[in-house]
Amino acid sequence: MKLHIRGGRLIDPASGTDKLADVFIAAGKIVGAGDTADGAPKGFKADTVLDATGCIVCPGLVDLSARLREPGFEYRATLESEMAAAAAGGVTRLACPPDTDPVLDEPGLVEMLTHRARLPGFAHVHPVGALTVQLAGEQLTEMAELAEAGCIAFGQANRAIVNTQVLLRAMQYAATFDFPIWLQAQDPFLVGKGVAHDGEVAARLGLAGIPDVAETIALATLLQLARETGVRLHLARISSAAGIEMITAARAAGIAVTCDVAVHYLHLCDYDIGFFNAHARLDPPLRAQRDRDALRAGLASGAINALCSDHTPVDDDGKQMPFGEAEIGATGLELLLPLTLKWAQEMQLPLPTALARITSDPARVLGIDAGRLAVGLPADICVFDPAAEFSVTRDNLKSQGKNTPFLGMALPGRVRYTLIDGYLAYDGSR
Amino acid sequence: MPTQLPDAGQLCSELAAQMRLRVDVASTALVGIHTGGVWVAERLHALLGLQTAPGTIDVSFYRDDYGQRGLHANTRTSHIPFEIEGAHIIIVDDVLYTGRTIRAAMNELFDYGRPAKIELAVLVDRGGRELPIAADFCAHSMSLPASQMLELERVADGALTFRLTEK
Amino acid sequence: MIALPNPQLNRHGELTHLLSIEGLSREMLLRILDTAAPFTEVAEREVKKVPLLRGKSVFNLFFENSTRTRTTFEIAAKRLSADVINLNINTSSANKGESLLDTTDNLAAMQADMFVVRHASSGAPHLIAQHLAATGQDHIHVINAGDGRHAHPTQGLLDMYTIRHYKRDFTQLTVAIVGDVLHSRVARSQIHALTTLGVPEVRVIAPKTLLPGGIERMGVRVFNSMHDGLRGVDVVMMLRLQNERMQGALLPSAQEYFKSYGLTQDKLALAKPDAIVMHPGPMNRGVEIESAVADGNQAVILPQVTFGIAVRMAVMAMLAGA
Repeated sequence: MKLHIRGGRLIDPASGTDKLADVFIAAGKIVGAGDTADGAPKGFKADTVLDATGCIVCPGLVDLSARLREPGFEYRATLESEMAAAAAGGVTRLACPPDTDPVLDEPGLVEMLTHRARLPGFAHVHPVGALTVQLAGEQLTEMAELAEAGCIAFGQANRAIVNTQVLLRAMQYAATFDFPIWLQAQDPFLVGKGVAHDGEVAARLGLAGIPDVAETIALATLLQLARETGVRLHLARISSAAGIEMITAARAAGIAVTCDVAVHYLHLCDYDIGFFNAHARLDPPLRAQRDRDALRAGLASGAINALCSDHTPVDDDGKQMPFGEAEIGATGLELLLPLTLKWAQEMQLPLPTALARITSDPARVLGIDAGRLAVGLPADICVFDPAAEFSVTRDNLKSQGKNTPFLGMALPGRVRYTLIDGYLAYDGSR
Repeated sequence: MPTQLPDAGQLCSELAAQMRLRVDVASTALVGIHTGGVWVAERLHALLGLQTAPGTIDVSFYRDDYGQRGLHANTRTSHIPFEIEGAHIIIVDDVLYTGRTIRAAMNELFDYGRPAKIELAVLVDRGGRELPIAADFCAHSMSLPASQMLELERVADGALTFRLTEK
Repeated sequence: MIALPNPQLNRHGELTHLLSIEGLSREMLLRILDTAAPFTEVAEREVKKVPLLRGKSVFNLFFENSTRTRTTFEIAAKRLSADVINLNINTSSANKGESLLDTTDNLAAMQADMFVVRHASSGAPHLIAQHLAATGQDHIHVINAGDGRHAHPTQGLLDMYTIRHYKRDFTQLTVAIVGDVLHSRVARSQIHALTTLGVPEVRVIAPKTLLPGGIERMGVRVFNSMHDGLRGVDVVMMLRLQNERMQGALLPSAQEYFKSYGLTQDKLALAKPDAIVMHPGPMNRGVEIESAVADGNQAVILPQVTFGIAVRMAVMAMLAGA
């Protein structure tokens, strides 16, 4: 199938390209880019022309954390609905955490998932395998087998490994095979029964607090052990200003770590809990304004490597509970692009820099050659209209998870086309 | 042509004159309805030389328009410094109109106890009754359109005057 | 970033729910106190009733056990001539897995006019009020009788009524709140009420383990010592210490707590000679307060209970009339 994306502004953060250019696709790959005269390969005749006038043509988004809820949580979402959401959000590649039911700690389960996900129009899925059996923090999983089945890294989703000896051994083992480890820095004892950031908002609302030290203490342990073992460590969902400082200092001391932040933490803080809004019940908790400001700046400077959606579909029953009892999470795949654009506008960042954080930079964290546009590479492309608005309503969201603190808002940017391996996975032009 | 308003001070004296022969100085008790009725009751109490201190009641908790208009903004405390049970009470108010305030006042008094007799004394009866209630003592009758409110005011030196306003 | 209307007020700006002291203006708080005053007199009559809520049904939804609070709400509702239905949910449907909102809907279908809600989770009454609004049932009024650690607004109001009764002018006072502020919904409501009513110095006295992070931002001065904190105080508000606190590594023992933070006669002597002592009850004698003080002439703990009924009557009357 030959496609011609015509009239768009091509931005490829990896190569620094930012110019008006058409893109030509054949057999699922990019075969040319540039204006029609020099860009198209000789004799190229398109079957379909996609009109990208006024739009930006960029690499398909790479999302480091999206829960597809399969296997096990089909009442909250299914692969079909969430892949539709991904395509609608311009996401062509995603990593999913191991906290499915059953947990992704067996090669057979991973194979089943990757097999299920291998359909035209579905984003490329990179499962993160469980680091310990059942995520219980005691026994190591068969990491080599899991890697062979398709796991790109090993992690614990939101759960901590409390036993530091197990943590050390897990890192040593992973380092042996050069497997990356993705962990969220959170000390479960300091989290305790906390449900919100331990600050003035939690004090006023009478919500049990989770202090900053729950993140920084855990970070200290993880960073030191990373230095000891030489493992490739990726820190997921950094939430505090103090946390960024520690990571920056660790890098300066020569420890190679990467980290990400989720879109919610760039725009919201504990004030947004408002009158106990359960949509704001997230893990890690939304912290104070100064933490949000530090995260925004850290992502802009590159201290934080990548931005993800942390897509976690929750059904309505889970959110219609008092704040402390509500289920944690928010829908995010379709909000990744608009919230990135909003952040870029507010910070007055050049668009290529902002787009890098959701394309080439997360691809680098994944350790694969993706998130960029070049002749010969798979045609994983997102075409979006930066001037149009995305209205966040239950009807507009394709995900089965309709719960997000951004409900009712109009955000900048609307995806027009999403191509995955040259297949038109989403057509929003009608 | 503006309505001529009567002199409230003079009306008090006339009302007292009507009541003098029908009260027992030792035992008759006055109960004034906030706020205008309380002022009149104080004046009457002095003019008639009654021994029992006058009671005051605020009928806000007994009004029949609570469902439509909610709780009145300035509710005051009712205070009955004598035994209602078996008493001869004269309810005192400034203006008698629909009769609903008096109905509420009687309901409230019965929650204190069972009086032997209740009579009603008002400075002005402006007609427009909506309930079967009549004043036993009345100093002045006049007719006013429904769009107008007649209210008693007390000025700085304690003098009482009437005021007419458009609703 | 996300704009929200005040959930306690209706479209006309009238109070339609009482969920927290926070969000109520000084004028509104004073209006409630002023409305409560005439209700104190009702208790002194032969027929201790007024007909304001006649024909209305008040449902006491207590998801957390409390005979005292439930009883005072019941008395208040009955004195307003309302019909009262008591539901102790922890022994019935919630244990069978019925969600909070399903329970609410079932009871609303039984022609309830008012819910008095006590729940172990902060924000539960807010959730109920929002749900009632979202389902077109905003004629039902919600009173928060205590939610988790968040608020106990009627307690805060009756405490303010008590202070005004004995001290008149809020703007000249120094008030100290002593005890487990971290877990106390009463303390949070008291702090909001005191600061809103213009009390110039509100102090909290507690060990660090019993103070929430960011407490100063609520407008209080923090003291860790009774000797410093009680000096020159006009009002001492004691909080109850629950036994569970010893389990959570927050305190070593009740005896040690009493030694440092219990109100004894000589600690009370540090306050002004005419200082009043308050306690929301029930008291743990010998833990947070000495019997000599609890039974002494500076304690106004029993009047608090009487004022509590009048304040609750006032709140119910104001809400039902909105």
